[in-house]
Amino acid sequence: MAILVQFAIGLIFGLGLIVSGMSNPAKVLNFLDVAGIQAGTWDASLAFVMAGAVAVTFVGFSRVLKLPRPFFADRFYLPTRRDIDPRIVAGPAIFGIGWGLVGFCPGPALTALGFGSLSAVIFVVAMCAGMVLARFIAQLPSSTRYITPADPLET
Amino acid sequence: MVTTSFTPIASLVGGAMIGLAAVLLMWATGRIAGVSGIAARLFPPYEDSELAGRLAFVAGLAAAPVLVRLVTGGLPEQTIAAGPALLIIGGLLTGLGSVWGSGCTSGHGVCGLSRLSVRSLVATITFMAAGMATVVLMRHWN
Repeated sequence: MAILVQFAIGLIFGLGLIVSGMSNPAKVLNFLDVAGIQAGTWDASLAFVMAGAVAVTFVGFSRVLKLPRPFFADRFYLPTRRDIDPRIVAGPAIFGIGWGLVGFCPGPALTALGFGSLSAVIFVVAMCAGMVLARFIAQLPSSTRYITPADPLET
Repeated sequence: MVTTSFTPIASLVGGAMIGLAAVLLMWATGRIAGVSGIAARLFPPYEDSELAGRLAFVAGLAAAPVLVRLVTGGLPEQTIAAGPALLIIGGLLTGLGSVWGSGCTSGHGVCGLSRLSVRSLVATITFMAAGMATVVLMRHWN
């Protein structure tokens, strides 16, 4: 049952990405291209996606988190870290470059698999390789001395 | 460059659906709907026993266009301008950076901002700025 519910939630998320236009990298890139504001080619849609998503999530989280526990789990798993370490800037900076090169972030890339395009498959395979690599580097004994661990609950 | 039209209503509605999914996942599993975290944990090392649920969530994401095609008989426009080399480099950086920074557009941008997390605000500003700088340089550098 919990598995089926998570499939349905992923489906709603994916439908939201399609309805919002974010499954189209061209729309994302035209938002990120702020030089297009003057040229008149800027597409502000992504800001409206964020606004809609944050508004619903802000209200919804405050209500759900008042419950004693989640429906299918023993407790809520919420991030606790508050410090600003180098990783919370370096990671997003690297991600932002990848995002700007193609126009895919992880959600739309996985949704694009269902469009049946080879480009999405290539991107997702590379993305997964990058994810595995990041986790591998982070747990190397030699690197754990220099880097703070990520907050596993944040993502 | 392919021009796209500004879609404030559709984007607001689609955004609200993404928010609804994030709220439902918190209600059901008690976890943040961060796609990079969910996707990264499809691979070993496995720290918990939530693999099946994560697979189901990702399958749901990929099933969305299939459902749209079944119901409407078509799919909205999708233009992927990047060639193979750019797709591979972009994919690697996206995967590496989102996991290194413990989150992407959904985990930090949607869920983190909704929780008023300062770490997520810093992350969101950083990937937005990096994305904008990358696109502006790629398109207008010469």
